[in-house]
Amino acid sequence: MSKLIVSGSPHVHGDESVKSIMFTVVLAMVPAMLVSVYFFGFNALRVLLIAVASAVFFEWVIQKYIIKGPLTINDGSAIVAGILLGFNVPSGVPAWMLIAGSLVMIGVAKMSFGGLGKNPFNPALVGRVFMLISFPVEMTSWPVPKPLFASAITDAITGPTALGLMKEGVAAGKTVEQMLASGEMPQYMERFIGQMGGSLGEISALALLLGGLYMVWKKVIDWQIPVAILLTVAAIAGIMHLVDPQHYVEPVFHLFSGGLMLGAVFMATDMVSSPMNMNGKIVYGIGIGLITIIIRLWGAYPEGISFAILIMNALTPLINNAFKPKRFGLVRK
Amino acid sequence: MQQLLLRLPGHRIYPKCMNSNTMLTTFKMGGVHPPENKLSAKAAIQRLPLPKQLIVPLGQNLGVAPKLLVKKGDEVKTGQLLARGEAFISANIHAPASGKIAKIDDALDASGYRRQAIFIDVTGDEWIEDVDTGSSIIADLSVSKEDIIARIKAGGLVGLGGATFPTHVKMMVPNGKKAEYLVINGVECEPFLTSDHRLMLERGEELLIGISLMMKAIDAPRAIIGIENNKPDAIEHLRQLSSKFSGISVQALKVKYPQGGEKQLIKAAVNREVPSGKLPIEVGCVVSNVGTAFAVYEAVQKNKPLIERVVTVTGDGLAAPSNFLVRIGTSVSELIQAAGGLPDDTAKIINGGPMMGKALVSSDIPVVKGSSGILLLKSANSSRKIPKSCIRCSKCTTVCPMGLEPFLLAKLSKLSLFDRCENERIMDCIECGSCQFTCPSMLPLLDYLRLGKQKTGNLIRTRK
Repeated sequence: MSKLIVSGSPHVHGDESVKSIMFTVVLAMVPAMLVSVYFFGFNALRVLLIAVASAVFFEWVIQKYIIKGPLTINDGSAIVAGILLGFNVPSGVPAWMLIAGSLVMIGVAKMSFGGLGKNPFNPALVGRVFMLISFPVEMTSWPVPKPLFASAITDAITGPTALGLMKEGVAAGKTVEQMLASGEMPQYMERFIGQMGGSLGEISALALLLGGLYMVWKKVIDWQIPVAILLTVAAIAGIMHLVDPQHYVEPVFHLFSGGLMLGAVFMATDMVSSPMNMNGKIVYGIGIGLITIIIRLWGAYPEGISFAILIMNALTPLINNAFKPKRFGLVRK
Repeated sequence: MQQLLLRLPGHRIYPKCMNSNTMLTTFKMGGVHPPENKLSAKAAIQRLPLPKQLIVPLGQNLGVAPKLLVKKGDEVKTGQLLARGEAFISANIHAPASGKIAKIDDALDASGYRRQAIFIDVTGDEWIEDVDTGSSIIADLSVSKEDIIARIKAGGLVGLGGATFPTHVKMMVPNGKKAEYLVINGVECEPFLTSDHRLMLERGEELLIGISLMMKAIDAPRAIIGIENNKPDAIEHLRQLSSKFSGISVQALKVKYPQGGEKQLIKAAVNREVPSGKLPIEVGCVVSNVGTAFAVYEAVQKNKPLIERVVTVTGDGLAAPSNFLVRIGTSVSELIQAAGGLPDDTAKIINGGPMMGKALVSSDIPVVKGSSGILLLKSANSSRKIPKSCIRCSKCTTVCPMGLEPFLLAKLSKLSLFDRCENERIMDCIECGSCQFTCPSMLPLLDYLRLGKQKTGNLIRTRK
């Protein structure tokens, strides 16, 4: 008999690993990827491929030549980050901008803090916000969706998102009703399925919700964060709509427009940058919802979920300290 | 709540026997589901032949080791007192077989350290007088409370679930406290182990007599046997038998690790929460393992000291996973031999189950009172995976049955911030290993928690 191995208990381990979690997340993003390819065609595929390839490449280069640590790209987190970055940009964005965004995402937001698990901010959002501020024109030119097999629509034109239209229209003095009836605005069913202008991954609430449910079922995310965000946005939007329906559109419009669903399901739930205890997750979700709707209703940008998540990322350590899990056998004095 | 449910309109009123006992319960907070792997569940308990030599370590109980009474060259009979527990928390040790004391020397024990032990060259199995070695079942519940405790103490009984706390001390309910429930642990939530399962199936009646005696000793009107529903045969069997005993019922529990933990079991069986840092008696409960209850029967009804126990021998590639009735002091290698011999690929031998058991440094280690199983793992299952960075998934927090944050405690322990460990309640950790089992980054969380508990405990003691 060879020598015995001695180690502390437990001597068995569950099936889950970082790799399996990342694989689950990728699988959950498949519906949204398919929808984006369906509506934006080859360009969507191009964006996703460039984003993933550059993210993996940058992580490999930085880990090998700057950090000089063990290979980390096989844990799949760079792939997830790449897809998320792709989800957050319009399909017409030039390749070099995407690669620059990817470098900021991996190089600045992730690896400079020490890699996976150490980054305080959601890397894909840092990359996205960097691109939005640096290249505002390209980042807000959303190609109009053109379903793969539909021949009727002629030229690929670009236009603003539903949220942008609404914001501009209301600012120009039109009422919500006029805007909704104007014909430029996508209908509810279109928005739910994803037939509207927008970034790659944000257009189809249906596909995102499917992915979200899959991740909840697989216990990769907790439902508390997305539900808290969506409820908060719906509640504030609902109150404002009741107060002044001429200037504030109803809450359902907000739920299925812009990046809210993508942010709530895939970005805010990022394990690394979100709080770790249940009550903390709810507070974090409410905070994101509040900041998002404030920016949407009264801010300069039509969309605010990216900023909201980044701001709440910064508060995560404080939330972790303030909200502890319920302890077993703790007697309240 | 129960009443409310029964009275809902449209529902028939259930007969009185349909009480909470027929519903599955479990503890609420955390928990994991390791693969059960109960390979030896169908293997009836076999008596292992006496070995040529027994090594009986002195420190087999939690607390103070007993005082040695014999010397080299002494002839001893089976059941003869070898060492007397003189301190308050201590337990007697008896000769597991008759023979001659070969030497008193240090021997490796399950902890990997060398400790004082009595080496006996076995010549036979000649018992001391007054012990009933017959197989007939005796149910004499007229023994007085004091006599029950005295016989438990004389028999050197300790908790056989693994904690090895002297049983007679547990039976002495502190002044001002009242035991309402005797909670009997038949959970066996550790994967692989089946010794308690087999005992419940094969020695059910003796077990129930033992439970009745313990109820009398602690003045508890009710006893609840908690059994996970992966052992439906044991639940059914003990339910049938317990109808003949007053105050004893069986509670079927949902399978979830670590339900065999004292506090988790109380929560699951009687829905009470033992306060942090307190004993079960605080909520009117005394918890004992089924193996201990059987030993109480033997000690009180048959005057038989604790010199043997049921041990599961199981694991990867083992020819015949078995449950053996083994004399204390028998070498682990004899058990493995009897179960078909050590498989070639074995790289780890564990004393206990895979979640909380201790990896042995050698197979030449004696079975002690606290050994519930011997588990063999092949090399592919023996090494830990390479740890990665914490990805802050908080799965460790979700599965912690005590509501702690293992990732945080591990980090604080690593940084030697033990006062913060204390504030974050590290002393509540029951070392069940659920956090490390579930960690997707393969971090050795429990290693750091154990270290932190040790150091924090020292810190608290120096303050007093």
